[in-house]
Amino acid sequence: MAKSHKPVVWFPFAAGGTVIAFCIPVIVLLTFLAALGHVPAGLSYEKLHAFAASGIGKLVLFGVIALSAWSSAHRLRCTCYDFGLRADTLVATVLYVAAIVGSIAAALFLLRI
Amino acid sequence: MTPLKERLVQLEVLRYNPDTDTEAHFQRYEVMCQEEWVVLDALNKIKADIDPTLNYRWSCHMAVCGSCGMMINGEPKLSCHAFLRSYEGVIRVEPLAHFPVERDLVTAPDDFMEKLKRVKPYVIPKEKKPISEGEYKQTPAQLMKFRQYSMCINCMLCYAACPQYGLTPHFIGPAALTLAHRYNLDSRDEGRKERQEVVATHEGVWECTFVGACSEVCPAHVDPASALQQMKITSSVDWIVEHLIPGGKS
Repeated sequence: MAKSHKPVVWFPFAAGGTVIAFCIPVIVLLTFLAALGHVPAGLSYEKLHAFAASGIGKLVLFGVIALSAWSSAHRLRCTCYDFGLRADTLVATVLYVAAIVGSIAAALFLLRI
Repeated sequence: MTPLKERLVQLEVLRYNPDTDTEAHFQRYEVMCQEEWVVLDALNKIKADIDPTLNYRWSCHMAVCGSCGMMINGEPKLSCHAFLRSYEGVIRVEPLAHFPVERDLVTAPDDFMEKLKRVKPYVIPKEKKPISEGEYKQTPAQLMKFRQYSMCINCMLCYAACPQYGLTPHFIGPAALTLAHRYNLDSRDEGRKERQEVVATHEGVWECTFVGACSEVCPAHVDPASALQQMKITSSVDWIVEHLIPGGKS
């Protein structure tokens, strides 16, 4: 049996999983605090806007968003598979296209900042 | 000496006789057990005193041989390791899930045995040394790298727990892949490339979706899920070397 090409989708999934584990809880917490009106001085709107406007900032934000989207898409594909939804090609196509569209949208928004 | 506490235990056991039954059915037994007993003791008491036709496998009664695996209240367990005091009410005992039933609680392990052979679960040295040259030496640190994965007792509880194996029978499965990993990590072994022909296929690690049920039910704390994730990483690195690095194809 031929070796699988699954690493193409698995590597970004694994990278995304790591990013999600480290970044997303912090982002959720900060967003929650911001909603309550507590924004640390170092993370003020102006500073974050300047970060998002810089080249390196755009790259970091794109990495976090695209990898998280890809990881979530792949995780959902696996979950569908676990629950016995075996139309894998269709499920994979829909979810990966959603992740790609989300990543492109993130890139376009970032480039406009 | 105070007498041991006794308790009337009800067991609902799945029965199937291929000679007379068209399908399996549950049979209820009531048996007086001691509080300290395990489910296997209750089955042995039933077989000795109530129904000698009941069939099941067992041998060591100490969670070493791996032959008494069965579904107890829907969970894969070694029946010698499932204490009656952990259960209330009627205890439902069924043959190990995902394997064909031969008779009562006895299942056919052929599929697992065939898959185990395919991953070459033995040391493949680069060059075989004659006995006169002595043993293949290994440091304690080298041993610790794979020791955990060598504790597998082939009880197949992980196969009964794995939803992927249930849905996709061609999946090589947790225990066999973990043993492949155990030999891949062995400092005396040079067989990883050969094993990758099975491990790195769709039937191998890539069928695993990291549900993790295998590691939860493993009575030997082998943690097959971790072995499979580690193999996914090495298989991915192999893929990059083979496809993206010029001259990397081996």
